[in-house]
Amino acid sequence: MTAAKDLLAGHPFFRDLDERYLELIAGCGRNVKYNAGEYIFREGDVSDAFYLIRYGRVALEVHVPGRGPVVIETLNEGDVLSWSWLVPPYRKQFDARALTLVRALAFDGECILKKCEEDPRLGYELLRRFIQLVGRRLQATRMQILDVFGQGK
Amino acid sequence: MVPRPWRVVRVRRETHDTKTLELEPTEPLSFPFQPGQFNMLYVFGIGEVPISISGDPQEPHRLVHTVRAVGAVTRALCSLKRGDVVGVRGPFGSAWPVEEAEGHDVVIVAGGIGLAPLRPALHHVLANRGKYGNVVLLYGARTPRDLLYRKELERWRGRFDLQVEVTVDSAGEGWYGHVGVVTTLIPRADFDPAETVAWVCGPEIMMRFTVQALRERGVSPEDVYISMERNMKCAVGFCGHCQFGPEFVCKDGPVFRFAEIERFFRVREV
Repeated sequence: MTAAKDLLAGHPFFRDLDERYLELIAGCGRNVKYNAGEYIFREGDVSDAFYLIRYGRVALEVHVPGRGPVVIETLNEGDVLSWSWLVPPYRKQFDARALTLVRALAFDGECILKKCEEDPRLGYELLRRFIQLVGRRLQATRMQILDVFGQGK
Repeated sequence: MVPRPWRVVRVRRETHDTKTLELEPTEPLSFPFQPGQFNMLYVFGIGEVPISISGDPQEPHRLVHTVRAVGAVTRALCSLKRGDVVGVRGPFGSAWPVEEAEGHDVVIVAGGIGLAPLRPALHHVLANRGKYGNVVLLYGARTPRDLLYRKELERWRGRFDLQVEVTVDSAGEGWYGHVGVVTTLIPRADFDPAETVAWVCGPEIMMRFTVQALRERGVSPEDVYISMERNMKCAVGFCGHCQFGPEFVCKDGPVFRFAEIERFFRVREV
């Protein structure tokens, strides 16, 4: 997984992470590919992986009865997909569907959690990064909820 | 201060609640304006409202206004037909600093109908493309059906010298573009923060978060300009309806350097 390690080293999400940690994480990764329209995961699935999107666009969708699938966010090249593998109940919260051909690195959550247990420093470094990601997404979601472009605003 | 009659020569439906009116003077008249300025449009017998000029500043013989139907006067404007006459006073207010920005990267961030007052600035930049560095348009709307100037957006996207990213807050099936708030486009846009001038227009809360995201990218508030919206009545700084701290939005604005009004931006009562 030298290629995976190099990709991680150049990715802003893993910036300044020790090389040995990059190697440990890369060891839990594999290349995956999804065709346009294919589901990467579905709401309620066991969350046992996260993805680093290398190419393409992914829609996070929630199915609303009577309205069908509603896209609530899209993720693109360079984005990290999924953080639910880190926290109970370890279930995917949304559907993730490839809007285009998607190439990604998929990281085995169980494998990484095991390495974090063995080396809490790695766990801290990963949590520190994922909490920023969660914070940014929460902020964006709050703005969406405000519906700033709504009538009369 | 006296409205002049202009005739509606074309009405284009942009979205379910927004139309673009093209006006020509009833008598020969040149109407030079700067990108970012606004006019007071008077629907006879109903009232007058401030509407940004959204046309090309290189075509001063024709006025273009994009109007969203939200109140009595804007609803009346949106129901005008070809041949109808409206009163026009203007142009008023400050402008996007298009000449100061020469030699810099330009990032234009628009939210909703906020694209309308930025459109003349983009026209100017594209007409003088060689004088600017990277030019980026980031545009956010509520849903795909709320996007303005769709054909023009597609044309702009086809240019090799302009990065156009469009996002919507929510979408159903059939939309393959970005979904998410407009600020999420800022980290991936191609510009050099130290050499960038940003022009932002949209709802105030969107502008607040946009300035924050630009700051995180390294753009100084000194180089960020925003266009404010207030209840403008006289348009020349007499009546005080549009007072914003010590400024009058109609006269000192609507375009302000963010660093100069930042301290009032967070005051809830202003």
